[in-house]
Amino acid sequence: MANEFLEPITEQTFYLNMGPQHPSTHGVLRLFLKLDGEYIVEADPVVGYGHRGHEKMAESHLYEQFLPNSSRMDYLAGLIFNHGYVAAVEKMASIEVPQRAEYIRVICAELNRISSHLLWFGTYIMDLGGFTPFLYSFDDRENILDILDRVSGSRLTYSYCRFGGVARDLDDEFIKATREFIDRLRGRWNDYHNLVTKNVIFIHRAKDVGLINRELALRFGCTGPILRAAGVGYDVRKAEPYSVYPEFDFEIPTGTTGDALDRYMVRLQEMEQSLRIIEQALDRLPEGPIRSAVPHKVRPPKGDYYFAVESARGALGYYIVSDGTSYPYRLKARVPSYGNLQVLTDVLPGTLVADTISILGSIDIVVPEVDR
Amino acid sequence: MAAWQKLVNFLGPDLTVIIVGLVAILALVQVNALFLVWLERKVAAHIQLRIGPKEVGPFGILQTIVDGVKLVGKELITPRHADRKLFMLAPIAIFLPVLVSFVVIPFSERLQVRDLNVGLLLIFGFSTFNVLAVLIGGWASNNKYSLLGAIRSVAQNVAYEIPLLLSILSVMLYSNSLKMSVIVESQARVWNVFWMPVAALIYLICATAETNRAPFDIPEAESELVAGFHTEYSGMRFALFFLAEYSNMLIVASVATTLFFGGWQSPPLLGFLPVPGVVWFLAKTYVLIFIIIWVRWTFPRLRFDQLMNFCWKIMIPAALLHLIVYAGIIKLIN
Repeated sequence: MANEFLEPITEQTFYLNMGPQHPSTHGVLRLFLKLDGEYIVEADPVVGYGHRGHEKMAESHLYEQFLPNSSRMDYLAGLIFNHGYVAAVEKMASIEVPQRAEYIRVICAELNRISSHLLWFGTYIMDLGGFTPFLYSFDDRENILDILDRVSGSRLTYSYCRFGGVARDLDDEFIKATREFIDRLRGRWNDYHNLVTKNVIFIHRAKDVGLINRELALRFGCTGPILRAAGVGYDVRKAEPYSVYPEFDFEIPTGTTGDALDRYMVRLQEMEQSLRIIEQALDRLPEGPIRSAVPHKVRPPKGDYYFAVESARGALGYYIVSDGTSYPYRLKARVPSYGNLQVLTDVLPGTLVADTISILGSIDIVVPEVDR
Repeated sequence: MAAWQKLVNFLGPDLTVIIVGLVAILALVQVNALFLVWLERKVAAHIQLRIGPKEVGPFGILQTIVDGVKLVGKELITPRHADRKLFMLAPIAIFLPVLVSFVVIPFSERLQVRDLNVGLLLIFGFSTFNVLAVLIGGWASNNKYSLLGAIRSVAQNVAYEIPLLLSILSVMLYSNSLKMSVIVESQARVWNVFWMPVAALIYLICATAETNRAPFDIPEAESELVAGFHTEYSGMRFALFFLAEYSNMLIVASVATTLFFGGWQSPPLLGFLPVPGVVWFLAKTYVLIFIIIWVRWTFPRLRFDQLMNFCWKIMIPAALLHLIVYAGIIKLIN
């Protein structure tokens, strides 16, 4: 914890509490830094300021009742968290899901992934001091929120998936709006690259900053774009295929060195791949029911179950222990940001305060997801 | 004889000009700050696909006045462990030199408070005070973020003053004077910017750094240091820092207009228009300010060490080389 390295202060070094209230710690993260001038000697991310006890809450709720909680863990990729939870319970109770519902889930989850990456894009550049791209990416993200709002009724915490299907069917308007959005976002890449990717100041701020190499990423259990930027092409969608992902043709973008620029590029390419998945899913969207018949109270048989999906930030796993009742005996969410955040202790020492912001931003943490 | 004439007789012409001038400058500084804050917000908004202030007054132009009223009404908070005297001194120390610098700016042939023969030197002498005030403010706040901001600011401003002064040396060599009016008149045939564009570019870059504007806004880097050296300031004290920033922008842009863009003279080929010099001067100045604002809302921020490397490895050698080359050219011309 934070007090571990509190030793008598010298003339050379001083301690700085960055957060939990700071413009760039994205929520309530507290970074405990030991500084030598502007250089960081030691760093310790202190988590827990956003702890709400979701996992404990699950134990006193029906399986159905816990569904809204899942999208409140990661408020930026709520639909993917829904999807993971619902799919885990379906695996436990052996519930069949109609093909159309699986397609709808994939479409919405990929839209949600893009919206999460767009928000990251804006805030990352804002952390580096560029304000304008933030509003551009939020303008695009607003489109996704409108589309998802149309089908799920909410913009952030969707609770859209149901055991055995989804809550509502897609209509023609949704499909039209999504297709328009795909074209629109494809037209935007040029703007993004001209404004940010090719900007010499941005490249200086991101290149060779915050190197998280393969070995380090694996040691800390990093997943998602951080692991892929380090050159490991691990993506749950390909490694342990779930839902209807095997039917789609998409690639897993990887980086080479694992610096902030690689993570940036990986995320931008991922958005394009998600667009490809959505396009294919819309083309092949089957007709049929969107929900299968599910008992009013789900009572999975006794046992331990684990199910993982790829969230916007990495591998998200639900580990659920069932004692045969309609309440989970224990629910544990293996969230990607937790491992991704801890890597800071190894990456930050030796960098400048300004790099801290760049590295933290490039890791893309969501604090409520870390704390749960 | 009217009372005001008695007063003028009593004060004498010189003192009257100075008093009237200072009052006019004070008014100009205030109006300029009000206008610039509005302009900045409006330009930023349109760059960012927004509308910007629009509620108060036509096109929201009175928004800044309302904001000012709000700031006046705010409580002046002094942190408990702050150095109270220095803490109070800093906002004043940053604002006063700005006012003085306006004394020598030639807005037109006759519209100038004092045409000192060391005008340029006075401006750069006073602009250096800026650093001191920032250091005082950052130190007295007794806040780690403020201190880091102040340290950065001092290192940055001291470094960037060197290429700044080197870039204007060639202008001084050419016009053979530090007097602002002489410098403007020396550009009667061709503006300095056309035959020494490198110096103008170096000046503009360094001026952006001197005024702590993005991409050189490292002392107040919001995402790193919260608000840098003025983190702890509230109410009117904060407003004074703000006022100083926008007045500084006006000064560096006016100096750039005077040194490189022909001051109050009309642009080439437009001399036939019946437009007074002061309009040309202000037009050029605000175009430059617009460019500074535009840059701010386009670029991300440099990192501190990169900023210093850029200064010591690129700007200073370039400015030195430029000075040597142009000194040779000027010698040959004469």
